[in-house]
Amino acid sequence: MIRLEKRPQPSRLWTAAAPLIAVVLTMLVGGIMFAALGKPPVEAIRTIFWDPLFNPQFAAYSRPQLLVKAGPLILIAIGLSLGFRAGIWNIGAEGQYIMGAVIGAGAGLALYPSESVLIFPMMVLAGALGGWAWAMIPAILKTRFGTNEILVSLMLVYVAESILASVSSGLLRNPEGMGFPGSRNLRQWEAASNQELIAGTGMHWGVVAAFIAVILAYVLLARHIQGFNIRLSGEAPRAARFSGVNPARIVILCLGIAGALAGLAGLFEVTGPAGQISIDFNSGYGFTAIIVAFLGRLHPVGILLAGLLMALTYIGGELAQLMLGVPGASIQLFQGMLLFFLLGVDVFTNYRIRIGQGVAA
Amino acid sequence: MDLSSISPILLIASIMISATPILLAAIGEMVVERAGVLNLGVEGMMITGAVVGFAVAINTGQPALGFAAAALAAALLSLSFGFLTQVLLSNQVATGLGLTLVGLGLSSLIGKPYEGMKTPTLPKLDLGPLSDLPVLGRMLFSHDIMVYLSLVLVAAVWAFLKYTRAGLILRAVGESHDAAHALGYKVVRVRMAAIFFGGACAGLGGAYLSLVRVPQWTEGMTAGAGWIALAIVVFASWRAERVLIGAYLFGGVTVLQLNLQAAGAAVPVALLSASPYLMTILVLVAISARGTHGAPASLGQPFHAIQ
Repeated sequence: MIRLEKRPQPSRLWTAAAPLIAVVLTMLVGGIMFAALGKPPVEAIRTIFWDPLFNPQFAAYSRPQLLVKAGPLILIAIGLSLGFRAGIWNIGAEGQYIMGAVIGAGAGLALYPSESVLIFPMMVLAGALGGWAWAMIPAILKTRFGTNEILVSLMLVYVAESILASVSSGLLRNPEGMGFPGSRNLRQWEAASNQELIAGTGMHWGVVAAFIAVILAYVLLARHIQGFNIRLSGEAPRAARFSGVNPARIVILCLGIAGALAGLAGLFEVTGPAGQISIDFNSGYGFTAIIVAFLGRLHPVGILLAGLLMALTYIGGELAQLMLGVPGASIQLFQGMLLFFLLGVDVFTNYRIRIGQGVAA
Repeated sequence: MDLSSISPILLIASIMISATPILLAAIGEMVVERAGVLNLGVEGMMITGAVVGFAVAINTGQPALGFAAAALAAALLSLSFGFLTQVLLSNQVATGLGLTLVGLGLSSLIGKPYEGMKTPTLPKLDLGPLSDLPVLGRMLFSHDIMVYLSLVLVAAVWAFLKYTRAGLILRAVGESHDAAHALGYKVVRVRMAAIFFGGACAGLGGAYLSLVRVPQWTEGMTAGAGWIALAIVVFASWRAERVLIGAYLFGGVTVLQLNLQAAGAAVPVALLSASPYLMTILVLVAISARGTHGAPASLGQPFHAIQ
């Protein structure tokens, strides 16, 4: 008979090994899935995980894309991980991402066509504020009324989407765009564009911000009292309250940081890779970032690696779509499975498997 | 704006149609939560039900088979959630989210070839003299069978939880899994059954969307209906009869805003299309401001039996 025995502390070995095993399992099951779809499984997996980086034909194009896709994922996931550690479930990052982009782009476009160097920094600030404000709605409702932040933050994604649809064909529509929905192209407006910083690397300000966020989050969690309070609130809520941690402040702090970072990610995207506010501007980074946060074990360095891996599946997925005709949705399924396998394998992190009739504990 | 173009008879009839998918998903989730499990994957199970039901209905020409397949597919999917949370003791919130992401991916993968197709839909039931009643006939008694089945299901769940021994055991498991375990009830088995039932209901709700309400398959077509179902369970304070009220209320808001949009009301379209979600938030706030409201005591807690 197989029993689970709770470990006194999560196993460090398994904490590190579980994501790797989850990736391998996903590759195996994904391969079976591709075979079932009538695609060559080994080739499909290689196209997704290997070709974007090392294939001489595609690598030149896809390597820079790695940072372009990983930047927003890491930025959002870092913010989410703080909340997840404290037991605060913000799953509406997608909405905060949209609102950051809308507010930031709106603030910039209000001053079009000024060429002041202050425009871009001002937009960055406005983007962070937009995401922050959107996250403050579930935060304040939770602290004031005890409303469930999971449902509120998620509902606000749909509200943000309808705001996005409204402004892209109304308030922010390009007056010279012949009536087509969508804002001015921000990449063609020097003062507001988020340029590639080092040519051919995909490095833009959003990626820089992501790296800074990783470092700051690491310092916060490892060295700062607020980081300790966040961890304590999640691992031992009662102990946290006895030691004088104000739960409402933790909620405001965690949701605020997550919202601001998601807003930043949205702004860097709209001024850079996306270029303009349009109805289908958002592409699900806010949800994929949830997977990144868990895959990275809610640890800043882990999230950095997980963000790169998840970016790889995006690029590889596109490549597989192009080369092998693999349906685009299979990548989404792939990413979902990854989270599922990780959560399953994690049983080994928290429990020991005992086989046979042990002595009753 | 021309409000007279909105006919009250058709309005109430369409509220019943638009409430049914949420009602089905919410009543299933309520049973799951009464057993102490928080399954946030309703949206994923619903959309899986929507696509499987649609595909089966098209391939067989039988909408009824579509519904059956949808219930089965979503229930099987929910068992993966059950296995992870009940056997491997994973975090219920994270696993539920994962279930939603898997469901969304799986559904768009399955649904790709079916985009833009038309499906046979359920016939309106002919209830004889009832359907011929002057006003009420059109309003209440000329729907398809799933509308009435969903109402029967609510009544059955209500009676099951209130009057049967099995219902009592399910509630005991949800209130205190340790006490229920000590009494010799199989906590994990009860919860698995509840999760399976919840999955089947969500699948039916999804199939109702793609086979009757819309009726078409488009990617991401549930558009948060599963999450609204979760909110309705909170709104309903985990009681079957209030789930019914909640679902019809939300059905009402959805239909009303669509009608207002069509009538060209002087309200921004963005506000109207966001109104079901804003309404959900408002209701959640109003409910939570009242304080404790009957959530099962073991809701969301992992259960690990020490032999």
